Amino acid sequence: MKEMIIKKDALMNLLTGRADDCQVFAPVEVEGSLVIKEIQPGDEITISSMNTKASIKETFFPQRERLFSYDLSKPGEMKEPPFSDRKRIVFGIRPCDAKSLTVFDCVFKGKDYPDPYYIDKRDNTIVIAVGCNEPSTTCFCSDTGAGPFSTDGADLLLVDLDGSYLVRVVTEKGESFVNENTAFTEAGQQQAETRDAIVDKATKAVHAQVNPDKVKKKLDDGFDSNVWDIIHEKCIGCGTCTYLCPTCHCFDIVDETTGTTGERLRIWDSCMYPFFTLHASGGNPRKTGKERMRQRVMHKFKYFVDNNEMVACTGCGRCVKYCPVNLDIREILKQIEVS
Amino acid sequence: MENLSKEIREAVKKLFEEDKVDLVIGFENGSLPLKATPCFIRNIDDIDRLVWNSRCENNLAVYLTKNKGKIGIVAKGCDSRAIVGLMQENQIDRENLVIIGIPCGGMVDQKKIEKSLQEKEPLEVKENHDSLVIKGNGFEETLKISDILYDNCMSCKHRNPVIHDVLIGEPVEEQDDVDEFAGVKAFEEKSSDERWDHFVKQGEKCIRCYACRNACPFCFCEECSVDSSQPQWFGKSIALSDTQVFHLMRSFHIAGRCVDCGACVRACPMDVDLRFFNKKIEKDVRELFSHEAGIDPEAAPPLNTYNTDDYDDFIKS
Ligand code: SF4
Ligand code: SF4
Ligand code: SF4
Ligand code: SF4
Repeated sequence: MKEMIIKKDALMNLLTGRADDCQVFAPVEVEGSLVIKEIQPGDEITISSMNTKASIKETFFPQRERLFSYDLSKPGEMKEPPFSDRKRIVFGIRPCDAKSLTVFDCVFKGKDYPDPYYIDKRDNTIVIAVGCNEPSTTCFCSDTGAGPFSTDGADLLLVDLDGSYLVRVVTEKGESFVNENTAFTEAGQQQAETRDAIVDKATKAVHAQVNPDKVKKKLDDGFDSNVWDIIHEKCIGCGTCTYLCPTCHCFDIVDETTGTTGERLRIWDSCMYPFFTLHASGGNPRKTGKERMRQRVMHKFKYFVDNNEMVACTGCGRCVKYCPVNLDIREILKQIEVS
Repeated sequence: MENLSKEIREAVKKLFEEDKVDLVIGFENGSLPLKATPCFIRNIDDIDRLVWNSRCENNLAVYLTKNKGKIGIVAKGCDSRAIVGLMQENQIDRENLVIIGIPCGGMVDQKKIEKSLQEKEPLEVKENHDSLVIKGNGFEETLKISDILYDNCMSCKHRNPVIHDVLIGEPVEEQDDVDEFAGVKAFEEKSSDERWDHFVKQGEKCIRCYACRNACPFCFCEECSVDSSQPQWFGKSIALSDTQVFHLMRSFHIAGRCVDCGACVRACPMDVDLRFFNKKIEKDVRELFSHEAGIDPEAAPPLNTYNTDDYDDFIKS
């Protein structure tokens, strides 16, 4: 893999200087929390050892997305939002979030249901991820097929070498970005060695905790297992885990109208909500927390694997960290493994 | 703390032996160093999982409306207040409930700890009487518990359970001289623009995950009005006005019921300042109806009843 070097301040200048001809999204501190947002003049990009609270999902699959608008007084007329060719750069996300884009690609860019809204954003975006020199105790990305320096889903992967970044060029899109900018120079032998040491240390820091292959085997005939009776007990059925999760992609479609005009919106939904599967008849196939938790786990670690040969979890640890009752997905998987 | 944990286990053991409970809801050690987590004990062999420390922050009363049978519950001050509130609303099968009360020294605020550790990660935590010793990669820090309590714990007026069948440990001193409404009063002083600005900022942070609602012991409605689609009272997206209306609705629906346990604030992943809504309404209810939520099982919540001499100045002829 081709590797380049760029000074940190040169890269920051390059990113903030681009804001006119393209949108740049990066982590910024807002009221004490790290969030990914479109950079405005004066914003300071912050790369910290902590991951952002919300994932990159919003940037490709917004929580509230207009599909089209209409006016009932003009039957048959629908206005789609403008699809633009405006280039976008996503900078500073972690490899677990970059990896989540490969999960989204299966859903929204697959051959069955190509989704123009997603594809427009995805194809116009260059993803520049930054590897994790200091993984957190909640990270388990190495178990889910990614890792603190995984290049999956990224166009460029950066390794933090203190004053500069070593840039791994992953895709052609990444390659042309690097070629367009003279601030990138070829990496040397010594930098490659430093990179090895950092990658090695970080990779060792992410301890193996769950084994998705073993879990999958249990799940294959575990639909009626009694492990589901207890696992969900303390869950309060909020949407925190699914809304913060970079891979959860279930949605609802609603209309919002004022007078004769209206918009059809796609909004996030969550399998942890009882109303997610409520039928118009009043019946509900997932009546209790038990069925809902089973669905969340099955979807991530069995159905998605059956359909796409990858787990729908990148091991980012957000659900681990922010679940209000500390219902840790790793513990759930361990319990399933030994069930 | 070890002693209190032991005492809880002994009490629970006795309850199982005397066949007074089929299920005990308490706390066990969580999966992260700073976390304790709710646990459901159905078997006397599992009682050693039960613990007590300054991180047993969830309000366990939330589970009472979801479980049936003979239940024992570990209840600190605010859990007990929530139980009283639920009794007032006929949500509790009191005959089949054993309240294992535990006087509370306050719960430590995970976000305050995170802040004081900056970006260092806790790997090991030891709790002494009044401090937490937190160890991580190349550091050890001692934090005084009283400095890092949740805001609501800092002004909590009923740390001792207001109702209990068994009491663990010794009563703690109540914080009688603290003004629990100091924050609200300061907020009331602000101009309406500033207050609106704060409300807008909080609304913009919210992702409508409903963790606040679901963590709240009083949000037990089978169908919440925000979920209803026939009729649809609320827009379902994160458009600011819809989010704000959700918060107004929730604040008003817990008026005179909220016991300021802080469960919603703790559950919120986005640091939305929910307490400022609820505490303001609590203050209004206190002033207008002389009602304090979660104290007297016989009292009726003010919005569930009326008196001919109720405050009615807001009715303009
Ligand atoms: S965040 Fe925790 S409590 Fe909320 S739905 Fe997910 S597992 Fe349940
Ligand atoms: S399931 Fe949890 S750990 Fe896995 S990707 Fe989603 S939020 Fe991250
Ligand atoms: S509100 Fe009071 S009783 Fe509840 S945790 Fe805080 S100090 Fe304890
Ligand atoms: S928990 Fe926080 S983010 Fe979630 S709905 Fe409540 S206020 Fe909004």
